[in-house]
Amino acid sequence: MSLPQITSPHSHSQNSTSNVMRTVLIATIPGIVALTHFFGPGTLYNLIIACSTALACEAAILHLRNRPIAFYLNDFSALVTAVLLGIALPPYCPWWLVVVGTGSAIILAKHLYGGMGFNPFNPAMVGYVIVIISFPVEMTTWATPRGILAEGQELLGPLSALGHIFSDASIDAYSGATPLDLFKHQDGLTLQQIYSEQPIFAEARWAAVGWEWVNLGFLVGGAYLLYRKIFTWHAPVSMLVALAVMAILFYDNGSSQSGGSPIFHLLSGGTMLGAFFIVTDPVTGATSRLGKIIFGAGTGIVIYVIRTWGNYPDAVAFAVLLMNFAAPFLDYYTTPRSYGHEKRRVIIKDSE
Amino acid sequence: MRQIWPTPGGVHPPENKTQSLGLPIAQCPLPPQVILPVSQHLGAPADPIVSVGDKVLKGQLVAEAPQQVSANIHASTSGTVVAIEERPLPHPSGLSGLSIVIEADGKDEWCELQPIEDYSRSGPTELIQKIQAAGVVGMGGAGFPAAVKLASRTPITTLIINGTECEPYITSDDILMRTYAEELVEAIRLLDYLLNGPQEVLIAIESNKPEAIEKMTAAIATLNDPRYEVVTLPAKYPNGGEKQLVQMLTGKEVPSGKIPAALGVVCQNVATALAAYRAVTKGEPLISRITTITGNAFSEQRNLEVLVGTPISFILQQQGYSKDTASRLVMGGPMMGFTLLSEECPVIKTTNCLLAPTQEEAPANGPEQACIRCGMCAEACPASLLPQQLYWYSRAQDEDKLKAYNLFDCIECGACSYVCPSQIPLVQYYRAAKGEIRQHEIEKKHSEKARERFEFHKERIEAEKAARAKAREEAAAKAKLRAEEKKKAEEAKLAQANSQATDSDTTPSEAEAKKNLVADIIAGAKKAQDDPARLARNITSTEDRLKKLQAKVEELEQSAPDQAEAIRARIKETEVKLKSLQDKQATLGNSEEKQVDATLQAESNSQSDITLQAEKAVEKMEMSANQKVQRELDTLKRKLAKITEQLASTDEADSDTRSALELSEKMLKEKLRKAEAAANSPASSKADAKRTLSGDEQSAVGDAITRSMERAMQKQSVDVEELRQKIQTLEARIEATQERIAATDDATTKDALRKGLVSMQTKLEKTQALYDMAEQSSE
Repeated sequence: MSLPQITSPHSHSQNSTSNVMRTVLIATIPGIVALTHFFGPGTLYNLIIACSTALACEAAILHLRNRPIAFYLNDFSALVTAVLLGIALPPYCPWWLVVVGTGSAIILAKHLYGGMGFNPFNPAMVGYVIVIISFPVEMTTWATPRGILAEGQELLGPLSALGHIFSDASIDAYSGATPLDLFKHQDGLTLQQIYSEQPIFAEARWAAVGWEWVNLGFLVGGAYLLYRKIFTWHAPVSMLVALAVMAILFYDNGSSQSGGSPIFHLLSGGTMLGAFFIVTDPVTGATSRLGKIIFGAGTGIVIYVIRTWGNYPDAVAFAVLLMNFAAPFLDYYTTPRSYGHEKRRVIIKDSE
Repeated sequence: MRQIWPTPGGVHPPENKTQSLGLPIAQCPLPPQVILPVSQHLGAPADPIVSVGDKVLKGQLVAEAPQQVSANIHASTSGTVVAIEERPLPHPSGLSGLSIVIEADGKDEWCELQPIEDYSRSGPTELIQKIQAAGVVGMGGAGFPAAVKLASRTPITTLIINGTECEPYITSDDILMRTYAEELVEAIRLLDYLLNGPQEVLIAIESNKPEAIEKMTAAIATLNDPRYEVVTLPAKYPNGGEKQLVQMLTGKEVPSGKIPAALGVVCQNVATALAAYRAVTKGEPLISRITTITGNAFSEQRNLEVLVGTPISFILQQQGYSKDTASRLVMGGPMMGFTLLSEECPVIKTTNCLLAPTQEEAPANGPEQACIRCGMCAEACPASLLPQQLYWYSRAQDEDKLKAYNLFDCIECGACSYVCPSQIPLVQYYRAAKGEIRQHEIEKKHSEKARERFEFHKERIEAEKAARAKAREEAAAKAKLRAEEKKKAEEAKLAQANSQATDSDTTPSEAEAKKNLVADIIAGAKKAQDDPARLARNITSTEDRLKKLQAKVEELEQSAPDQAEAIRARIKETEVKLKSLQDKQATLGNSEEKQVDATLQAESNSQSDITLQAEKAVEKMEMSANQKVQRELDTLKRKLAKITEQLASTDEADSDTRSALELSEKMLKEKLRKAEAAANSPASSKADAKRTLSGDEQSAVGDAITRSMERAMQKQSVDVEELRQKIQTLEARIEATQERIAATDDATTKDALRKGLVSMQTKLEKTQALYDMAEQSSE
């Protein structure tokens, strides 16, 4: 007669990594809907290409590493990386751009560092940075949003979009600079002038046509994740607050030297995507609460600095990667005070 | 309303408490047998005081606590002790432990109890002793002896009665509060009395037990004591942990490594309080408890009043346990309970729940996935630890880091494992790491002790070696001293013979060195002053010095006149000294004769001495050989007796052991016979004894004899040689003295010299005789 020996606890929340990842995927839906509504089906094609590439690369590498393929594919982590990257890449960009970005993300940034749980840098952001540095022209051409299209123009249909993606035909007619890009290159104009001259701002409700809704979509997704307790509020909120504080500090009453309004910064570019889907990546972020707050705030500040005074129009990827470097360091110095201890233990002392 | 401080972390697992609350408490039937492990508590195991075959009554002490942190064990029913042996223990290790097994006689007859009806007439110390004697331990799970907690030396300001019962499934405390609210309040008043009336008495109950809260509130209302309060706590696991409870109710944290008493707080579980009360007012020891029987693998889920020692298998049978549907059998709750490895384990004092969940309730753990550092564990940790870092360092076995991350503040509540999306059994890693660290610390202590022992041993060996070496040196020095003394006597004679021919007396450098040594040794002796040899040497050296000084004076006369003056004064001194020495030497000639006689005597004796020593050595060897044989004989006899005894006690069936024993007995007998034969023979004669000596011993004796002979021979030959030299020098000195007599004008000096000459001639004759004798004996 033998009874099974199982250690406590004998109860489990039935939470699982694949559940977490699935929830994250679901939370991206509002944002994706907004993207598709304002910019056409380009993002959907990006997602399809990115997901297929990611699954193929993941399976191949797992095979090379002699790991159970089905077990790891089921955790959906590769899909999350692919979806986040697919969202970040411009709609209608060439297919190979997506493949290169996703492949780099999965192979270089994830598996070469040890795979799931061991990568120090956010894979999606590594993929993004690789392609933005390598192919800046393709990466800075963004589709014109619905509402400010030229007279007689319409959003690309699914078939013509495919043509653009695979034939490498230019979509010049349908594309332009992103609001952040425009803002950056309008030197000498006051905010008032920019807003009245550029239709993308003039037609907008709060920040920029299309973009404001995309950001709000990701904000809704993020709120859902918070509700589901997939992550804590610390990192995203501190990032948004830091970005807003920076924007307020350098608002300069909307003069020609102004860095833009806080609302503009919060609802432009990849702000909300970054705050709720990138900064919250547990693997590459800080783990303690204070660490998360510092991590988020640092990201927010660096985003603003690069957007306003740097060379790249958007900066979420760079900011996150820079803060990824600091994450272990932050964890060292922000260990919480344990129950029954007067001070938090300084771990670094012991490690020397 | 009382302020409730928030606690970090915690989880909300499904409560699953209603299943077992549908029915009131029932009495579990009397089992045919009770098994009472002697260790059911924290601290030292109790010592059994009954033997197999003893009749015991219900409530009778069967195992006694050896020290304060331990607990007495009492028979939970009347019957006969049928075994005191190792039985499977209800313990996470699944190990066995000493248990007293009592066959129930079915009468369930109590022993005589000694209740204290009015405890207010007794002092707290006496009552606490009573509680201790009753074997009351913490019944919430840890099993810490209750009396130790109550006998706190620090003044207690807050008494917390723990009725939180935060762990899912368990309802034993809940139903106890519902059923025995009034008695429980009386029990709390007893504890209040024992702790000298703390400022507040808080009964903590989680909000998910409304009925218990209601009953307890009503029960304390009759007291009309503002210190008493029922505190409703938010339901969150593990809020019922002692540390969490203290934090929520006082806002203070129990310092790491300390107990709540450090903050003036004592926590007691409701069941413990009731047991202590019954021990005092009814005299009943802790022999039964309420246990929740739950999990869908039981056909009937409820709370049972169970005798301590009731076999689990008996309860399973009573409650319709279905082995096929159960995924595991757990003692305790789903968060901190442990799986039982044997159904033969008994219920013990800390068994608050028996959980048999089905596969649906507690599915097998999924495969462990990679940690994604999601941090959910850190959010769940009630001790504000970083479970994720602890996990990494546990895997890396980095003990320093684990300690730095406060691994030992982990209360193993399992909240982190519960929330982990990667299904990593975190608590298991921490338990293993803790065990390893403890093990290493024990090993470290052991090895340090061993090192100390070794060093001490080494030091002792060195000291012994040094002592032996010193003893050897001393012995050698003594021997040398004796030899030198002998030699000195001869040298002295020689020197005396030369005394009147100082100027011409030249001695070889070796002889000079020997003389120095001899002179040193004699220095202590009284006659040293009168020693002719030394005198002679003194004269020589003084003369030398004189010459040197004179040479220096000549040198200095030219360079430094005042220094020369000083040296001249010293020359004068030296000359005076020389004169007195020479006088002394002259008067000494006479006394030498006697000394020569003494030497002669000693030398003739020495030969017989050596022979005697050799004989003694042989005898000694023989003696020790005899004793050795005797000793060997004794040991053999003893061994034989032992073997025979063993043989007698060995089971007939165990043929292997038996034949081995028989063989060794035979061999021993043979050996003994030989030894006896050997022991008898040496008594007859010396020659026989020699035969019994071993080869080594024989050769040792032979060597000793040879060495003695050689020494004797050497001594003899040296003597002859020395004597010959002595004669020659004496002759030379006589001649020189005669010359000096002829040359001296001074009458007194001449007289002295003549006297010396006479004595020298006598000495020469005697030495001549000695020489003849020695020569004869050596040839």
